[in-house]
Amino acid sequence: MERVRFYQIGSYAAGNRLLDGELQTVQSDTHRTNSLNSGHRACQGCGEALGARYALDAVMRATGNQMVAVNATGCLEVFSTPYPETAWQVPWLHSLFGNAPAVATGVAAALKAKGRTDVRVVGQGGDGGTVDIGLACLSGMFERNDDVLYICYDNGGYMNTGVQRSGATPHGAATTTTPAVGPQPGNDFGKGKNLPAIAMAHRIPYVATATVADLRDLEYKATRAMKFHGARYLHVLVPCPLGWRTASNETVKIARLATETGIFPVFEAEDGEVVAVSKIRRRLPVADYLQPQGRFAHLFGATPREDVIAKIQAEADRNVRVFGLTDPEVPVHGVVS
Amino acid sequence: MPEASKHGTLPFAITLDPGSSLANKTGSWRTEVPAYVDRLPPCNDACPAGENIQQWLHHAEESGYEAAWRQIMADNPFPAVMGRICYRPCETACNRAILDEPVGINSVERFLGDEAIKQGWAVSVDAPASGKHVLVVGAGPSGLSAAYHLRLLGHEVTVRDSCPEAGGMMRYGIPAYRLPRDVVDAEIQRIADLGVRFELNTTVADLRAELDAFDAVFLAVGAHVGRRADIPAGDSARILDAVSVLAQVEQGDQPLLGRRVAVYGGGNTAMDVARTARRLGATDAVVVYRRTRDRMPAHDIEVTEALEEGVRMRWLSTITYADAGRITIEKMKLDETGFPVPTGEFEDLEADSVVLALGQLSDLALVEGLDDVTITDHVVQVGAHLMTGHPGLFAGGDMVPSERTATVAIGHGKKAARNIDAWLRGTTDQRPPRHDLATYERLNTWYYSDAPATVRPRLDLARRVSTFDEVVGGLDASTALFEARRCMSCGNCLECDNCFSVCPDNAIIKLGGGKYEIDLDFCKGCGLCAAECPSGVIEMCPERL
Repeated sequence: MERVRFYQIGSYAAGNRLLDGELQTVQSDTHRTNSLNSGHRACQGCGEALGARYALDAVMRATGNQMVAVNATGCLEVFSTPYPETAWQVPWLHSLFGNAPAVATGVAAALKAKGRTDVRVVGQGGDGGTVDIGLACLSGMFERNDDVLYICYDNGGYMNTGVQRSGATPHGAATTTTPAVGPQPGNDFGKGKNLPAIAMAHRIPYVATATVADLRDLEYKATRAMKFHGARYLHVLVPCPLGWRTASNETVKIARLATETGIFPVFEAEDGEVVAVSKIRRRLPVADYLQPQGRFAHLFGATPREDVIAKIQAEADRNVRVFGLTDPEVPVHGVVS
Repeated sequence: MPEASKHGTLPFAITLDPGSSLANKTGSWRTEVPAYVDRLPPCNDACPAGENIQQWLHHAEESGYEAAWRQIMADNPFPAVMGRICYRPCETACNRAILDEPVGINSVERFLGDEAIKQGWAVSVDAPASGKHVLVVGAGPSGLSAAYHLRLLGHEVTVRDSCPEAGGMMRYGIPAYRLPRDVVDAEIQRIADLGVRFELNTTVADLRAELDAFDAVFLAVGAHVGRRADIPAGDSARILDAVSVLAQVEQGDQPLLGRRVAVYGGGNTAMDVARTARRLGATDAVVVYRRTRDRMPAHDIEVTEALEEGVRMRWLSTITYADAGRITIEKMKLDETGFPVPTGEFEDLEADSVVLALGQLSDLALVEGLDDVTITDHVVQVGAHLMTGHPGLFAGGDMVPSERTATVAIGHGKKAARNIDAWLRGTTDQRPPRHDLATYERLNTWYYSDAPATVRPRLDLARRVSTFDEVVGGLDASTALFEARRCMSCGNCLECDNCFSVCPDNAIIKLGGGKYEIDLDFCKGCGLCAAECPSGVIEMCPERL
């Protein structure tokens, strides 16, 4: 009998009772590591807590549980490990805000010196620790091509210290340091850093982006990254109910809207070149993504800022064009080969 | 010198043992708590036979065809028949229609019904014998359904029918090109095999005597008397009624319709008789109906198939006179309320015969002697439990007020059986309250990929107008599986593990076998599980203090 596709829940849900274990996600497995355990102090509906568990559980499966994680300062560190408690169920180190890539390099070097080539190293942090404070260390790690997968959980700001702007804060978004006042409310256009592009410019073996809205894609990329040696970079969009001022149950929906509007392109690149992109399934205008978020509320309301929304739409249009997010010719990945 | 602790020697500058975050019961943050609920899928809600469609599709999705079939059989003993002739209120209600196209529930049901016949699956009576004996009058869908369910409940059942074979309208009303007779035979045989006694060619004359002889009686005599219209007609006009024509064809008599046949009426019976006329050699079969197509009581698929087969339609027309080889029709127009009014314009139409398909009446002579049975508008009045005014005398199907379809009749049969059973045991039939409806808004359809409905193969048109071969084909195992898997499992957990995965706090416990539990010690009540549940089975409720 010919193979029947699973139209009922497609390949979008975490699990499927009709699929063999091999084809299920790591998250649907009751034996997943639960790298970040219950009892952590992240806010209700935290995208970063979710993204970190998704990513590290996949790496644990890919490495046969031989992994060390090095964490930058930030929400992820603060909410998971208030001394002397920890929610981590993996070997985990924390040193400073800006030095996680350098510490990860050191751990990789130490393991190599000890002959433990079976143990793989992951560095991780938020966008503040990665895009701003840790950028020099990260660039060095990329340039030396150290055998580390660095994962950035991007929630677009310094959320744990009170929602300040970071180099990854989107244009037009209000934070406590870019308030919604004046003729150009919110974060300035033309500023900020596109770290996946910066990583690709280092010509490291593997760079990818993902979101918490597409679990299968995120697990695929974390798994695929472990097939490479050398410096690798994974940039995961993780909505923050606190800083984005969204309802706690909207975290996944907002991440989905970020990809479906073209705001956040999901792709993977090898040696500095894009090799695959995730297609937009049902393209939506950026307003659909912006409007539910309190940090963009000033663009709507009694006097909508159509001009600002148009500029954000132009950025999304550019992503769609540059990455071919709606072009049927570009291969669409799905499974680890 | 480092201090000793329960974990041995602590590292430099560390004074406390490392602890687990599990000590921090974040459940105390919660103001809302998720709860797993069952909601009523719209298909189940719409099924007149009360089938648990979502559940049998769930089995079919796993290729558990026998389990799926048994789930249907719990409510309906005619899957193969229903898979052909049901008007599928389930598909009209299906939430998937909003996303792309409704799930082909009916085609999967037919596949399961046919598979059961092919594999010889059977049911058995597991209930202990009650010692009660019930008479069922009428071997149509309603009577047979009641007999089947009563037998499964442990009662002795005798079915009487004045026709030579059982099946009622399934045999004598619905043409064979829609419902092959071997299918009807097979599904009735299964009921006979349970030990239901059939007394055919037997007309019940004295109901009082039968009420004394049996513990209870279920009347399901149907409606097989064609409603007449007073059409002025010449001596040699040939006017027949649709029900008799269809019954004659079934019994092998060739009704003399001629080459040009006019069918008067706009219901499904009109379509059946027009299409039958075409198959009997009529070169011209025309349906005369006083309103427009969108107001026709016939189901759209019947009209479409009739048109495909060359049946012509004269909408907004009434027959005012009939004579040999000719009828006169008057054109109508609809007034503001949609009621047809005459225009005074007349037209002649060649027609060798006129077949009246203006609805059917029940032959209720049987109950006329019973004072406590009420007849209003030509139908027998029954209470909520389908009992007539006479204790122990129940009635269902076309002879009681209802929508007259086989599916409704089958539903009546089941309902009557349950109520007769309760009445015989001195109890009342108690059903749990229905769950809230699983409306489309409660689903998260992102997780379903797009998959248009599978189209059933159709018999070549040339063969359709010349033979009584079945028009609509069935699905094979792989297409049936594909179709079953399009089900979105509205309001019922489909075990996708989304809740288990999407919880940032690992506060969902996956127990296996489709069961999950909320870990209330750690659930912060964020609501992500409810928001990302495809089938809408998680509800956020206010936390009780």
